[in-house]
Amino acid sequence: MHKTSRLFLWVALAALLIFNLGASAHAQAPVELRFTWYNDGVEGQVLRGLLDQFEAKNPDIKVVVDTVAFKDLHATLSAQVEVDKGPDLARETEPQRYYGKLLDLTSYLSDPKSFSTVYSAALLNVLAGTQGGITGYPLDFTSSGPFVNVSLFKKANVAIPSDTNAKVSWTEWVEVAKKVRDATGVPYTVAIDRSGHRWFSSVLEYGGTFFDKDGKFTIDTPAFRKAAEMLIGWHKDGLAPLEVWAGGGSGYAAAADFFINQQVPLYYSGSWQVSNFDKVIADKFEWKAVPNPCDVTCTGMPGGGFVIAFKSSQHPKEVARVIDFLTSKDIAGKFAVDSRLLPARLDLAKDGLTYPTRATDLSTFLKAVTLTSDEAFRLQNHPLIQAVNVETRDRLSQVIVGEITLDDAIKKIQAKMDDLQAGKK
Amino acid sequence: MLRKRHPLQPRYAPYLFLLPNLIIFGVFVLFPALYNFYLSLFRGSSVFSMDFVGLQNYQQLIYQEDLFWRAVKNTLVFVAGDVIATVVLSLAIAMLLNRPLRFRAFFRSAFFYPVLLSPVVVALIWKWILQYQYGALNAVLAQFGLQKVPWLLNTNWSMTWTVAINIWSSVGFYSLILIAGLQSIPSVLYEASAIDGASPREQFWNITLPMLMPTLLVVVILSLIRAFQSFDLIYVLTNGGPGTSTLLIVQYIFRNAFEFRQFGLAAAASFLLAVVLLILTGAQLYLGRRVNDAT
Repeated sequence: MHKTSRLFLWVALAALLIFNLGASAHAQAPVELRFTWYNDGVEGQVLRGLLDQFEAKNPDIKVVVDTVAFKDLHATLSAQVEVDKGPDLARETEPQRYYGKLLDLTSYLSDPKSFSTVYSAALLNVLAGTQGGITGYPLDFTSSGPFVNVSLFKKANVAIPSDTNAKVSWTEWVEVAKKVRDATGVPYTVAIDRSGHRWFSSVLEYGGTFFDKDGKFTIDTPAFRKAAEMLIGWHKDGLAPLEVWAGGGSGYAAAADFFINQQVPLYYSGSWQVSNFDKVIADKFEWKAVPNPCDVTCTGMPGGGFVIAFKSSQHPKEVARVIDFLTSKDIAGKFAVDSRLLPARLDLAKDGLTYPTRATDLSTFLKAVTLTSDEAFRLQNHPLIQAVNVETRDRLSQVIVGEITLDDAIKKIQAKMDDLQAGKK
Repeated sequence: MLRKRHPLQPRYAPYLFLLPNLIIFGVFVLFPALYNFYLSLFRGSSVFSMDFVGLQNYQQLIYQEDLFWRAVKNTLVFVAGDVIATVVLSLAIAMLLNRPLRFRAFFRSAFFYPVLLSPVVVALIWKWILQYQYGALNAVLAQFGLQKVPWLLNTNWSMTWTVAINIWSSVGFYSLILIAGLQSIPSVLYEASAIDGASPREQFWNITLPMLMPTLLVVVILSLIRAFQSFDLIYVLTNGGPGTSTLLIVQYIFRNAFEFRQFGLAAAASFLLAVVLLILTGAQLYLGRRVNDAT
C-alpha cells in the first residue's frame, strides 16, 4: 500500500475512533431531569410508562421520578426549592407556594400559544401567579364528592337514595348510612377527609358564601355554622372515626382507609380516589361514586394537580421538551384514561374519554364538575385558599376534641384571614 | 540567646487543641443561632425575600398567637411530668439494680434496651399498641370485657401517654448514670452508719441522696434539656394532636416554618426557646458548682 494511502487510512481510523468514543460518551450520559411526584392511585405507574416512551424517542434525556407521600410533599419540596436545590419538575396542588421560583417556559415550548386554547384561563392564571408566563401545565381536574359501599347497602337491604332521587341532602345520606351501619355492624356511619377543601363543599351545599361585597373573607355565616355543627355532631355521636379529624397538624388517619377496610358505608372525598379504589379495592367489594349531597346547591369543590418547572433547573430546554410531550393531546388523554382521572385539557373533556373501567364513576364526577358553583371556583382560585383550608381544618379539629368552642373557632379563623388579607403575616 | 517560639508551647497549645471544636461549634451552633435571631426580625414566606419588621414577630407571638401559648403550656406540663417521673423512676431503678440481685445483668439490659431504639421506632410501636380500634392494649381490655379507650384520641390521655412513652424510652440511660453514681459512694459510710444503728431510710436520706446529688443534678439537667427539645417521638406518635393537646414548642416551630412558611415567626419562637435553654444551662453550671462546693 502506498505510504500516503496508509497514512490516510490511519487518520481516518483515528477520526472514526474519536467520533465513536465521543458519541458513546454522549449516549452514556443523557441529561438527567428530576421529577418530584406524589400518587393518589396508579398515576405514577402511568407516568413512568409514558416517560419510558419519551426516553426511547429522546435518548439524550432521562427523567428520574422521585415519589413522595402527599402529606410530606409541601414540606419536602418547599425546603428544596427555598435553597434552589429543587427538582426540575414537580407535581403540585399549590403552585402559589413557589411563585418567584418557577421557570417561565414560554420561550422554550414548541407551541406556547396553544396553552391558552387547551387549558382553562383560571388554571393558567394559578400557574402564572405574580410572575406571569407559562410555568407548567394543569395535570388533571378534580371534583370532591361522595362514595358508597354498595355491598354494605345490599347486605343491609337499604336502597341507595341517589339511585331514585337526584337530590339527596346530607341529613338523608347520614340517616340511611346509619341504617346500614346498624344492620351490618360496621363501626362508623360516615367519614370525610380531614381537609378544609372537602368540608367547604358542605358549607356551599347549605348555600354558604365565603366573601363579602368587597371580596374579603367572611367566615361567620349560617351555612358555615350549620356545616360545622353537622361535622362536630358526627364525631360527638360516634358516627365518624375520631382518628381522622382529631389528628394534630398534618398527622391524622386517612379517612379513605376506613372506606377501603369496609368500616364505613359513606365516605366523602373526590374524583382522585377512583383510580386508588379501582386498584386497592378491586373486586373485594362493590362501591360507586354518587352525586354530591344537595341542599341549597349540589356543588362539590373543584381542584386539580399541576406540573410545575423550577427556575433552578439547569436544563430548561429539556424540561420544555418533556412538557411538550406530556401536554400533547394523545399523551394527556392516555394519562387521564389510564390513571382514571378527569382531564385538564378542555378539548379532551369536551370530546369525552373512554375509560376501560369505572367509567360510570368518572362520569358521575364529570357531571359534578358541571354542577360546581361559581362560589366554589372563586374560593378554590383565591390566593389564600391554602391558608383558609388549613386554619379551618385545624380549628375545627380543636372544636371536635373539646379544646375550644365553635364560636372561638370562627373568631380565630376570621382573625387569621383578616390578618392575612391585610398582609400582616 | 533567644529561643524560637514553638507553636505548641504551653501558652498557645490549649487554644490550638480547642480550635477544631470551636470551629465546629461556631459553624453548626453559634452562626445558626445568630442567623436565627436575624431571621426573627423579618417576615415573609421565603427566607430569601423577607421584609424587616423589627420585633413584630415577638409581639405577635406574645399577644396574638394562642397556639404559641398553648404550646408553651403543653411544653411545661410535658417537661414537668417527664423530668420529675424520670428522676424518681431512674433513681428507684438504679437503687434496685445496684443491689445484689439474681439476673441483675438481664434486668439492667432490659431497662436499657429502649434507649437503643430510634424515637421513630418507639413511637410506631406504641402507636400500634395504643391504636383505638385494633390496638394491642384495647384488645387486651376487650378480652376482660372492658370498653375500648381512645388513648391517643383523648386530650388528657394523649399527654399522659406521650410523657410515659418518653420516660420509657430514656429511663434506662439515666438509671445507668445513677448506678455509676451509687457505686462511687464509699461503702465505709454505710458500714459506719450501720454500726451507729442507722436504718436503711436514714442511710438513704443522709448518705445516698447527698452523695448522689452531683449525679442527680446531671440527670435533672440532661432530662430537662431533652424534654424541651422533644420532637421526633411526638411528631410520629401524635403530631401535636388530638387537636393541639400535645403540641409542644418545637412542633409549633416546625409547623410554622415548614407547613405555614412563617419563617420569621418560627425563628422568633426558636430564639425564645434557645434563651430558656441557655438559662437552664446557666442554672446547671451555677448549681453544679454549689453542689460540688458543698460536697
